[in-house]
Amino acid sequence: MAAVSGLVRRPLREVTVRDAINQGMDEELERDEKVFLLGEEVAQYDGAYKVSRGLWKKYGDKRIIDTPISEMGFAGIAVGAAMAGLRPICEFMTFNFSMQAIDQVINSAAKTYYMSGGFQPVPIVFRGPNGASAGVAAQHSQCFAAWYGHCPGLKVVSPWNSEDAKGLIKSAIRDNNPVVVLENELMYGVPFEFPPEAQSKDFLIPIGKAKIERQGTHITVVSHSRPVGHCLEAAAVLSKEGVECEVINMRTIRPMDMETIEASVMKTNHLVTVEGGWPQFGVGAEICARIMEGPAFNFLDAPAVRVTGADVPMPYAKILEDNSIPQVKDIIFAIKKTLNI
Amino acid sequence: MTLSRRAATEAWRLLGHLKETLGHPRRASWAVRSRRCRQCLCFMRKMLAAVSRVLSGASQKPASRVLVASRNFANDATFEIKKCDLHRLEEGPPVTTVLTREDGLKYYRMMQTVRRMELKADQLYKQKIIRGFCHLCDGQEACCVGLEAGINPTDHLITAYRAHGFTFTRGLSVREILAELTGRKGGCAKGKGGSMHMYAKNFYGGNGIVGAQGQIFEAYNMAALWKLPCIFICENNRYGMGTSVERAAASTDYYKRGDFIPGLRVDGMDILCVREATRFAAAYCRSGKGPILMELQTYRYHGHSMSDPGVSYRTREEIQEVRSKSDPIMLLKDRMVNSNLASVEELKEIDVEVRKEIEDAAQFATADPEPPLEELGYHIYSSDPPFEVRGANQWIKFKSVS
Repeated sequence: MAAVSGLVRRPLREVTVRDAINQGMDEELERDEKVFLLGEEVAQYDGAYKVSRGLWKKYGDKRIIDTPISEMGFAGIAVGAAMAGLRPICEFMTFNFSMQAIDQVINSAAKTYYMSGGFQPVPIVFRGPNGASAGVAAQHSQCFAAWYGHCPGLKVVSPWNSEDAKGLIKSAIRDNNPVVVLENELMYGVPFEFPPEAQSKDFLIPIGKAKIERQGTHITVVSHSRPVGHCLEAAAVLSKEGVECEVINMRTIRPMDMETIEASVMKTNHLVTVEGGWPQFGVGAEICARIMEGPAFNFLDAPAVRVTGADVPMPYAKILEDNSIPQVKDIIFAIKKTLNI
Repeated sequence: MTLSRRAATEAWRLLGHLKETLGHPRRASWAVRSRRCRQCLCFMRKMLAAVSRVLSGASQKPASRVLVASRNFANDATFEIKKCDLHRLEEGPPVTTVLTREDGLKYYRMMQTVRRMELKADQLYKQKIIRGFCHLCDGQEACCVGLEAGINPTDHLITAYRAHGFTFTRGLSVREILAELTGRKGGCAKGKGGSMHMYAKNFYGGNGIVGAQGQIFEAYNMAALWKLPCIFICENNRYGMGTSVERAAASTDYYKRGDFIPGLRVDGMDILCVREATRFAAAYCRSGKGPILMELQTYRYHGHSMSDPGVSYRTREEIQEVRSKSDPIMLLKDRMVNSNLASVEELKEIDVEVRKEIEDAAQFATADPEPPLEELGYHIYSSDPPFEVRGANQWIKFKSVS
């Protein structure tokens, strides 16, 4: 989990990812009255996954808005509001439903500042759970990191732990550009230690900066979202065998922090990428391509390897689902293969 | 199996003799000694044994059946049904309908099967044998059964995620449905689809994504423009997930929202109303007049899905009231019993049979093995030669076969 400084013993609270996002939104709603949240069940139901619990009670109908089940419609309304000067947070119950509205996200939000020659900004946040959950089958398990990461004009972040979640949502809301925040339903209930700086109302994590969660010397393992936890587990297992992995939590998909990744690869000479999405044209594929284009290529002692979801629509049956997402054993296997051990 | 004519004649003759003998006071005392009487009694015993074998062996029915068979039921009965609200229609479906005993029993059995199947799914979900999303339709049985009663098996049907009832009425067995819910290879999608992705002949699922409004209006426009024979059905159960219709719709007269498309508002808790409305709508379409809209006013007892308790946005009193006053199965049962189309015992028996069917299906669904791991990559493309599918890393490969 989060690395704790052994030198300074301050009391650390445990906060779940859900509560961290809630806190982040609450603080930004309080700070700037132009910020508002809209989406399905966000108000009176307290959020389909309870992420917006208590916000409607505190801020009322004008700031926390329940919408009909009309993604294309309310995403369009949100983009228009952003263009007119408000700062909407548009929740998709899951990013699978964002496909209903993807034209608004890309053509109306992402491209507008460019198309207008720098005239019209769109300060909007699209947030919601992304990727696989448990047993929700093909139409509800897709990872959209690669799809949204593909588009210039968008910023795309993918928090892993509570600190990430709070810091990134606050930065996203304060950013004047369209930001896609890819949360993870299975992480919502997971508690993490909250460092004291994260408890501040001005705690921000810069968009476009990765974090080294674990220092290592033998191999660089790069990941985002829930798989970061799996990478740390794999690293713990391998540490017992004398292999020290450097685990990088990307935090941001676009703009990608290649500097941190390159610096790490130049140190360890080996690279494994890990993601939940499909392999073809994925986040790992982009990292590998960019490594080849940059200084780190000459430092590689072995080809870079990708660990991804299986290249199939997500099956429902448990045994098939378990084998369609990257497991700790797959990560360990890939690391050992790369290191030739 | 019937008794032979010869045996029957012989039996009657002996019965007559026995009656005469036993009826006579003086003769009765030495009746047992009489060889003829002993023969008679012996034959009677055999007869009774044979008769009871016939009654219990061939049809596996309990003794009470004997009583039922002898009772006189009506062949059919006429019922008044609620008049439908109409939009852009001069006339609507009829306000009376004839229900035959046979149809009544069939509908009762089907609705009870859907009800029990959904309740079993609830149980299995709470035992964590069913995972993920599970949207149950108990309370809405009259919709799927009534609809099926009004259309042909060759018509095509598609629906959203609350699909188990339709999957059954479109012809799949409870076994296949429950085994799909538990993610086993005997499931109708081989365990790969789950609750929201069940398909059958002329049934296109089972769909998890519901962007309601824009697309439906596009569909209305094209269907009307091209006069497509399409019935658009809204199962209005008063709530969209946790939001009441009043909070989500500028107009809750959904049957009017086809605008230029005619519409009906139907009592979706009355299976006969649904059947008649469907027959009317189907006839309308088949006559070439174009699309038509049906709003079925119905109710779901469960929450939106198994992760929604269903009581934060509606009261328990409301749910209880619908259950006690408008339950579709109860409504049909009362009608049938009161019109002598069936007896209470007979319907109870159907309940017992249905329960057994569901139990057997649940047994199968929990005992059947999961789909084999080797088939993880199967069914990506149709009609294609086999190819390789990448797993979690480049060394894990699965075969893909159409």
